Amino acid sequence: MHNEHSDSNFQSRIDKGEHIEARDYMPENYRKHLIRQMSQHAHSEVIGMQPEGNWITRAPSLRSKQILLAKIQDEGGHGLYLYSAAETLGISRQELIQSLHSGKAKYSNIFNYPALNWADIGAIGWLVDGAAIVNQVSLQRTSYGPYSRAMVRICKEESFHQRQGYEIMAKMMKGTKDQQAMAQDAMNRWWWPSLMMFGPHDTDSPRSSDAVKWRIKRETNDELRQKFIDKTIPQAELIGLKVPDDKIKLDEKTGHYKIGEINWEEFQRVVAGHGPCNKQRLDHHKLYFNQGAWVREAAEAYKQKHLKQEMQTI
Amino acid sequence: MNSDTQLDLWEVFIQSKSGQPYIHAGSIHASDMKMAMQNARDTYTRRGEGTSIWVVPSKYIVASNPDDNAMLFDPSNDKIYRHPTFYVMPEGAKNI
Repeated sequence: MHNEHSDSNFQSRIDKGEHIEARDYMPENYRKHLIRQMSQHAHSEVIGMQPEGNWITRAPSLRSKQILLAKIQDEGGHGLYLYSAAETLGISRQELIQSLHSGKAKYSNIFNYPALNWADIGAIGWLVDGAAIVNQVSLQRTSYGPYSRAMVRICKEESFHQRQGYEIMAKMMKGTKDQQAMAQDAMNRWWWPSLMMFGPHDTDSPRSSDAVKWRIKRETNDELRQKFIDKTIPQAELIGLKVPDDKIKLDEKTGHYKIGEINWEEFQRVVAGHGPCNKQRLDHHKLYFNQGAWVREAAEAYKQKHLKQEMQTI
Repeated sequence: MNSDTQLDLWEVFIQSKSGQPYIHAGSIHASDMKMAMQNARDTYTRRGEGTSIWVVPSKYIVASNPDDNAMLFDPSNDKIYRHPTFYVMPEGAKNI
């Protein structure tokens, strides 16, 4: 008997390249995987505003201040697209935020590193957004319709983020010796964490196979990481930045760069909460979430008042 | 009470291809959700125009007022830094 609510029918829809919409049948683990991935993605957009927000008041020119404000505004918007898309799976915004605050939900590890000087803003835009874009371009073809459509919007808007970062780095590399040293220092600190953004190697990534089977992920962690490496190393060399890895080698046969060993112990340590800024990032989010409670209460009271008025007019 | 009401107005959104956004196709009349779906199908997707349909009671659509267009849809021409072409890339930079 043909059963449209079966996991095998679901998988055959996926295999045909169909997208899944909110009201369609989906296996419980598909829903759970999406909620975990999309909420982590949403939290990353929002927590990612903090290291950059730190530099709004200290941007070196009005031009760079306006750009930084526009970029951070975009990140907040991207968080909203993703939270809303996750909510189509039947989880509330309140639950999503609670999971972030309790530590059950994660955000991208990269934002547990501090933005120490202006060159870091360049490195974040170029490397961190650059890595995020590689991932997000791939996710435009993810099998869940609302997630896919959010990604299409986000990629379109993010196209300036990476370029503004690279422009900062290129300018500093054309500047004084001190500015060049600052740019190189930022490169040294952000390169490896950016590579870690793609997650563990495929062989060590327990959930990856389901995600690929369900076409939530269209490419694996290592495939995406390689794409980022291949396009970023020539960009670094072009402006005179040294990639902090002595083992980098271009494989002439494949056209791909080989890199040294990623320090996964550091990755695990930072994921476990022992990075330089884990506590600060979460405390900051909790503080402003709690301070905003009165706004949500007032909006709810306003809603109840209007409901009452509508009832009276009927 | 007049019972010959022609029923309620609903708005119909059609997704033309799997994964694509739902786009407004038009409206129909119906008494309930089931009839709305049937009428939407019969009215707007007779030639394979869609892979999925959303119907929403028209009274729940909140529309912007054209008088507010200048304010709502200011092209932000003074914020050209939101566009990637605003940035100067070094000669020879690729894939960025």
